[in-house]
Amino acid sequence: MPYLLVAPIVVVLAAILGYPIYYLVRISLQKYDLFALVAHHGTYIGLGNFRSVLHDQVFWHTLLRTVVFTAVNVGLTMVGGTLIALLLVRVSTWVRLLLTVGLVLVWSMPPVVAVQVWSWMTNSQNGVLNYILTRLHLGDFFQHNWYETTFSQYAMVTSLIVWGALPFVVITVYAALSQVPHELVEAAQIDGARAWRVFKDVTLPVLTPVLLILTSLSIIWDFGVFTQPYLLIGPGQQTSSNYLMSVYLYVEGFGKTDFGRGAAISILMLAIVAVLSVFYVRQMLRVGEET
Amino acid sequence: MSRRRAGRFGWNAVGLVLFGLMVFPVFWMLSTSLKKNDQIYSFNPVWFPRHPTLTHFHDVVHRPYFWTDVKNSVIVVVATVAIALALSFFAAVALAKFRFSGRKLFVVLVIGIQMLPQAGLIIPLYVVLAKRGQVNTLTGLILVYLTFALPFCVWTLRGFVLGIPKDLEEAAMVDGSTRLGAFLRILLPLVAPGLVATSVFAFITSWNEYIFASTLLHDGSKQTVTVFLALLSGGNRFVDWGAIMAASTLIAVPVVIFFLLVQRRIAFGLTAGSVKG
Repeated sequence: MPYLLVAPIVVVLAAILGYPIYYLVRISLQKYDLFALVAHHGTYIGLGNFRSVLHDQVFWHTLLRTVVFTAVNVGLTMVGGTLIALLLVRVSTWVRLLLTVGLVLVWSMPPVVAVQVWSWMTNSQNGVLNYILTRLHLGDFFQHNWYETTFSQYAMVTSLIVWGALPFVVITVYAALSQVPHELVEAAQIDGARAWRVFKDVTLPVLTPVLLILTSLSIIWDFGVFTQPYLLIGPGQQTSSNYLMSVYLYVEGFGKTDFGRGAAISILMLAIVAVLSVFYVRQMLRVGEET
Repeated sequence: MSRRRAGRFGWNAVGLVLFGLMVFPVFWMLSTSLKKNDQIYSFNPVWFPRHPTLTHFHDVVHRPYFWTDVKNSVIVVVATVAIALALSFFAAVALAKFRFSGRKLFVVLVIGIQMLPQAGLIIPLYVVLAKRGQVNTLTGLILVYLTFALPFCVWTLRGFVLGIPKDLEEAAMVDGSTRLGAFLRILLPLVAPGLVATSVFAFITSWNEYIFASTLLHDGSKQTVTVFLALLSGGNRFVDWGAIMAASTLIAVPVVIFFLLVQRRIAFGLTAGSVKG
């Protein structure tokens, strides 16, 4: 009986996902260019694509850039999200309600829409960001171009991604905070414990499992991010000096129509993400199956 | 006591500033979309539109392909959600109600697939679809969206099916109904809110999707709304921000409405069990 219920979805997934993954491995071992795409088959070259990718400086630089990018984005999201969740506990009810509505509104923004709003706000000609920064006397940002250097480009991408990722973290952590035993916090306060001690010894242990799951989810998401950097920096502005992993394999595969090489990069990237996911999947299995 | 009050006042102030910062981009999108061009491009920003106008909305919906792309998005999204729900509902019931060998492997796959970065699969999916002549067709895009929608729906629905007390189901069986009868009469109505929530969330994910839509669909007449929006800013030297913000608003509105309806039900699926809501 259960097999009958599961069978259809297994068959469909095997066809639309299993088969392409088999194909991914096959292409990665072939020279698969535009001609191969038209002819529907490439030439077997063994591990040639992997060798070429792993000997390419660009791959290693991209990997390092992606790791740093992920660390910064996840760090900002988690620390910021936790602080805002703690703030939510301290404000009056009406402020909390207002903030929650704001967070859910931000959460619901489609990424492509958010990218367009960011392009508009950070635009060098009439961008409101340059105006505000100049008016706040933070320097002369008149017609400042935020997309000139890789660092500045990623400052913009990071602000966009953290903005979009905060609501999920804040709302989840806030829900977890309601599990913190009230009596314990009060007892600690009466004993004269400082705010930081109360947080570290009473609140944090309760939050830890949630924070771990959120962190691992954020790492997986940010490591594989594509739409925001690709569109905000601009499809034409992607070069080896500012690739992230997803963009790199996309440009190698589609931009340079070297699908074999792109497939090799995909496999390396998927392998890294698979390793990163182990913790999350195990955690989900443990807690998910108990309930 | 007064010190405590002062503290709360301070936190409220911080909260309000934060609220302003968070929602400013959304406000700026709406505000820009309603302004006349001279206010949009003025040297000193005009914060609130003076004499709000719907010109940009009017302009955008009359651009070539706007309605075609809306229609394409609706077709793709509705087909994806319908197929995904039909297939995953039964699998979700199997996961929630039965123990069987291979079950754990299935669960690991269902969770694991959701973690795969989309870009990592785009090359093989493109090549396989090209082989079958399904590039530049909506069918091809629906198949691609199913690879992500199916695992998500199975896992989320499993949670909703689990939430139904076993006694109810057993009570129906004592009444003499068959297992299937009990299942349909009792389970389906109870799980209906879960079905709605899951489908709305799958709807949003597919509606928002960009990378596959822009890679697989070449013709303007076959694109989806996200590709339409991304293409609005390219090409010309003069960027029509009024039109782009109007289109952004139009594309975001259905998502925001749907999201508000189901956010509370779905948000915790991703961290299921780690927070007891």
